[in-house]
Amino acid sequence: MKKIILILFCFFVNINFANSLIEVDITRGNLDPLPIAVSPLHVDPKSEKYKEIRIKELGDEVSKIIENNFRDTGLFNPLKKDAFVQKPDIAHLKPRFEDWRLIKAQALITGKLLVKDEKLKVEFRLWDLTASKEMMALAFTTTPSNWRRVAHIISDKIYERLTGETGYFDTRIIYVAESGPKDQRVKKLAIMDQDGSNTKYLTLGNELVLTPRFNPASQLVTYLSYFRNLPRVYLLDIETGIQEVVGNFPGMTFAPRFSPDGKKIIMSFAQDGNSDIYTMDIESRVVEKITEHSSIDTSPSYSPDGKYICFNSDRSGRQQIYVMNSDGSNVKRITFGSGLYGTPVWSPRGDLIAFTKVRKGKFYIGVMRPDGTGERLLTENFYQEAPSWSPNGRVLIFYRETKSNSKGEGFTAKLWSIDITGYNERMIVTETDASDPSWSSLLSN
Amino acid sequence: MTKGLTFSIAFHGVMILLTVLTLPFMIRQPIDLPPIVSVELIQISDKTNIPYAPKARKVIEKVKEKEKEKERVVSEQAPPSAKAKEKPDRIPMPDVKKEKKQIVKKKQNPEEIKPEIRQSSEFEKKEIIDTNQIAALIDKAKEEEVQKKVENKKLTQSSVKNSFAAGLTLSEEDALRAQIFGCWSVPLGLPYNENLLVRIKLNLKKDGTIMKSEILDHERMNKPGQKFYKILAESALRAVRLCQPLKVPPTGYDKWKDIQLNFNPTEMLKG
Repeated sequence: MKKIILILFCFFVNINFANSLIEVDITRGNLDPLPIAVSPLHVDPKSEKYKEIRIKELGDEVSKIIENNFRDTGLFNPLKKDAFVQKPDIAHLKPRFEDWRLIKAQALITGKLLVKDEKLKVEFRLWDLTASKEMMALAFTTTPSNWRRVAHIISDKIYERLTGETGYFDTRIIYVAESGPKDQRVKKLAIMDQDGSNTKYLTLGNELVLTPRFNPASQLVTYLSYFRNLPRVYLLDIETGIQEVVGNFPGMTFAPRFSPDGKKIIMSFAQDGNSDIYTMDIESRVVEKITEHSSIDTSPSYSPDGKYICFNSDRSGRQQIYVMNSDGSNVKRITFGSGLYGTPVWSPRGDLIAFTKVRKGKFYIGVMRPDGTGERLLTENFYQEAPSWSPNGRVLIFYRETKSNSKGEGFTAKLWSIDITGYNERMIVTETDASDPSWSSLLSN
Repeated sequence: MTKGLTFSIAFHGVMILLTVLTLPFMIRQPIDLPPIVSVELIQISDKTNIPYAPKARKVIEKVKEKEKEKERVVSEQAPPSAKAKEKPDRIPMPDVKKEKKQIVKKKQNPEEIKPEIRQSSEFEKKEIIDTNQIAALIDKAKEEEVQKKVENKKLTQSSVKNSFAAGLTLSEEDALRAQIFGCWSVPLGLPYNENLLVRIKLNLKKDGTIMKSEILDHERMNKPGQKFYKILAESALRAVRLCQPLKVPPTGYDKWKDIQLNFNPTEMLKG
């Protein structure tokens, strides 16, 4: 009897094992750039002429912008067009997936455009080549002169669909354009698309301009310029060109930045060798003092929810980063490492603070958590500072200067960007030397 | 003359007898040398840059004291704690669940052998402490994990993991895993603080190509607010398709013809 029970038991255990499914946990993957094919957009032959835009080449141009955007992220590897196996119009209808897979592409972008009645209509599709299916299809209509923005918007949509993260291509960067010898530098306010094209100068260069900052909610810019030989914070509307001095402060105001809702400007005001942090409501012009300390408090930056402010101060004897509530209470020091810490900027995602660190004569751009833990230095150089976040909190832009010789030659200032992982460091090509960049939020929002 | 000779013979005889009889008793027991332990030699200058060595000594002394205390406790017939019984030189295995099981077993067996304090270098002793601490940490991490499971009642990876029991050996499982690691481009924009486990069930042919793939929580793909889940699931499916034919064992097809892959990028995204 016992034997029978034992046999039955073994039988059931065996069945149980036989039916159980093998499970394998996959917790790691690769970080290689995703191979992607961007087919030139097919230009509808019915398209009409529009001003000076070369319509026939527009399909190629749009695809090139998308390609460059993806390549610059470091996350995608756009494949060479020479290897493409299908004509754009046919591929847009339905690609031959097996042919595209042959060139090792994992995703394909196809599209077509039509210019008619002074309108540009662009349609695009994103294809998953391994699954042999369409992932996304969208169409836009706009004025033909906006074709570059259309390319950036398409890039944003695809980037979001493939990575899960909001894009940052349909954005602009404001910066200080520099020219002339080092001791007689002409500094103008300039604005460009994030890829370096469409540069426009907003000031003439008569006055020195510094630290321009975008309003995250609109097309306003705040910056530092000189008024009666005193540095003062200005406000500039890019659309209208109107600019004005912010607040009626008797002394020097500097290091301005907008609050996340765009309704306030936070800045430093210095008098008698002491500087404190103030806010000013843009509409009501009400000024509020946030810090009160005998030390130099400057470079304030709001957290994206507006509840906290990070800033740097030398109240401990050396310049370090502090975090406080937005009303100035509960001040906490968050950096304790060796070296000086400055220009803290809170990430739009809220999870990190970017900063400049100076240690043993070297300048570093780094990130840390808002409680000061997890410090990571992303890049080291002779001189670099002023990090600014992309609107999705993935990329930092900053400027880097090179050493000049005794005659003042060899000095350059250029904009650079780096991914928060510390990879994909690259220079952004500008018409002139450039410093103090600030990244706008997405224009299409 | 004869008397002298007799005396000499007797004397020498006694001496020889004494030597033969007494010397074996005088031989000392062989010295019980401890096993040879490699010791890293480090030249110490006036200023040493090894700050942890004195600390380690203090910690070791503390441990010795604790051991003595535990011995006393044992004499009072109280069961020693399970954590103290961890072997000092055990290596924490990556499989946390198994570790937990072993510890639990020890808790139920108070008569287990106590850890011996071996002769070892300062650095080894430091490691001894570390392994105990790591074991404690694993314990703690495990407890937290269990708590999370209870709180969230969400899906977790392989609540009963069957890879060893059912068909794949450790090396076969590793080979398969390594193959898929190479094919999976992890979408880096995904949030790391969400439960984003994607479970894919595959129906395989004998050569490792995929006959059928199925996302087990398929309904979640098209739910509003599950954008990230959808992106992760698509990337996982791409990886599996790119990888085929999968590296499966040449035998035991019935055991692995159905296989479940659990894709979880949390560890990678946290960096």
